[in-house]
Amino acid sequence: MLLSPINIAFKNCKNEKRPALLTYTVASDPSKNKSLKILKSISEYVDILEVGFGHSTPIADGGQIQTSSYRAIKNGFKMKDAFQIVKNYKKLKNTKPIILMGYYNMIYQYGEDKFINKCKKVGVNGLIVVDLPWPENKKFSKKCKKKSITFVQLLSPTTSKDRLKKIVKDSHEMIYYISMLSTTGGKLKVSPKKILKNYNKIKKIDPKKNYVIGFGITDKTISKLKTADGLVVGSAICKEITKSLNKRQNPVTNVSNMVKRLKNKII
Amino acid sequence: MKIKKKIALIDQHDKNGFWGGKFGGSFIPETLKKPVHDLAKSFAKLRKNKNFIKKRDYYFKNYIGSPTPFIKLENLSSHLGGAQIWAKVVSEANGGAHKIYNATVHALLCKSMGKKYIVGDTGAGYAGKMLSMAAKKFGLKCKIFMGVKDIKRQKPNCIAIRKNGAEIVPVYTGSQTLVDAVSECMRYWVSNCDTTHMCVGSTVGPNIFVKVCGWSTSQISRELKVQIKKEFGKIPKKIKLINCVGGGSSAYGFWSEFVDFPKTQIEFIGVEAGGPKNSKLHAAPLSKNAKLGVLHGSASYVCQNKDGQINETDSISAGLDYPGVSPIHCFLKDTKRAKYTYATDESALAAYKMVTKFEKLNPSLEPSHAFAEAIKIAPKLSKDTIIIVNSCGDAKKDKDILKKRLGKY
Repeated sequence: MLLSPINIAFKNCKNEKRPALLTYTVASDPSKNKSLKILKSISEYVDILEVGFGHSTPIADGGQIQTSSYRAIKNGFKMKDAFQIVKNYKKLKNTKPIILMGYYNMIYQYGEDKFINKCKKVGVNGLIVVDLPWPENKKFSKKCKKKSITFVQLLSPTTSKDRLKKIVKDSHEMIYYISMLSTTGGKLKVSPKKILKNYNKIKKIDPKKNYVIGFGITDKTISKLKTADGLVVGSAICKEITKSLNKRQNPVTNVSNMVKRLKNKII
Repeated sequence: MKIKKKIALIDQHDKNGFWGGKFGGSFIPETLKKPVHDLAKSFAKLRKNKNFIKKRDYYFKNYIGSPTPFIKLENLSSHLGGAQIWAKVVSEANGGAHKIYNATVHALLCKSMGKKYIVGDTGAGYAGKMLSMAAKKFGLKCKIFMGVKDIKRQKPNCIAIRKNGAEIVPVYTGSQTLVDAVSECMRYWVSNCDTTHMCVGSTVGPNIFVKVCGWSTSQISRELKVQIKKEFGKIPKKIKLINCVGGGSSAYGFWSEFVDFPKTQIEFIGVEAGGPKNSKLHAAPLSKNAKLGVLHGSASYVCQNKDGQINETDSISAGLDYPGVSPIHCFLKDTKRAKYTYATDESALAAYKMVTKFEKLNPSLEPSHAFAEAIKIAPKLSKDTIIIVNSCGDAKKDKDILKKRLGKY
């Protein structure tokens, strides 16, 4: 069987004995053009790029990502822009897998099938839908699989044992473990040791799959979690964009430098 | 799509939580799956538990003050001619609005589940005020999420919330109204669901919250049915039950006991917020035919743009100023059991003026929308038609707005 680009990315990292670095940025933040430039500039340090399509009523995002999403929407962000950004990014020579992430209503309004086809067409490799949990997502996840798009299931510290097993079984090659009870970007209120303990328990259910940890990961905490298959940094990057804009600095350079620093902490 | 007889509307959903196969559900982040599941389990158990029901009825009677009055508005009826206009004065409930039913039940649930903290959203401030009252009564720590715009326009309720010892968390995001308060409250719950119970202020949100709220407010129609029989000797042949609809909790409670009656005998009319007269903004997803969408964990008709971003809404009434609506009202609309229309800010104000001129009644801006519809249709109807308006809130909280718009309060 052919390995998916997401699988290959994890495999490469395992060969280098390090976790995969995943970033999350919001499409059209701070502008359509600049968000593409950010993706291009961080591409060489990152293993998988998560790109958010911002929503006006996010129920699981913390302040930093909300700010980014509202900024994008205020700048006129439309769903089609996210696809265009991915399409243009994928014109680069060495591209990384892209995972689109957002809330279900945007997909529902676009039309599930039309959305998946469009993803396929522009080169999206995976999808995370924050408010479409298992088992409600079973049908959608199957549709993704048919088009070789990875549907990423989420697990949280509140997920029951029985549920964990069922979700892992139904999941594709990548699974996202939410580190703690929090919206995105919360302060890490659980010790990395405890997070990893939970993480390893889950990993045992099916060690062949790739599990990433997200929520609350910054340049201060990332190195303590590096035994994971992958680590997602989102809010810290969104915060950097906001900070750069406030200081009238170039967010592209600043984010790029930050991601480089993050990478250095996990190799 | 069909309504089943002899089954409460709140229980007419499928195993995935959808009414009519497409309204409702539970579109929630994974973290909330467990607390939502726990709540659903507790609620299913408790609603069958005789002691719990006894407790509920005790507090409904002795704390909330059930039954609330059912009165004829003689002067208004004779002024308008035509149908008789009656009011179910739910604003006489402790605290001044129907929100006390849901708040009391949530506080009881919270206690039964062994949680000490309770959080809730509020628009008009009534849901927040009542939750803070119930929290105080049952010894729970309480936080209320409220949009900054609403904090400014519904001051009296904010004062009451703080007096009850609850904290108001101001919400600065988005339009700074109810929709943002609900989002922020849900986000808070995501982060604190292990110790904290969440109360959604209306029949909206993930399936279980629609059910708990509907179960609580249905007390209104249980009382009304008895009161109608007492007043008329039997259920009259032509009744119109008019209720304002924001999230739809008071309308659900006002109608639920009467769903099985033929609509030719008991008609339901829901009145949404049409917003300012010459504005494109409104909060009327049902009557202005908004598309189906997902908002705050459930599928309903939602004011939104083509992309699925939630539209800003506008209404003089903070309690109706919400882009979504209960999945049950979507179900009632599509099965044609209820009819939905809207009233503008201006007609709600005019209705308030007329009602208070003729009657010793002080309906808040929310039920003033329902009165606007009653005033509009009553003259055209026969004398044996009984219009009943749910006067579900008291206008004290609207003092500042009324002073500004009408010059006096």
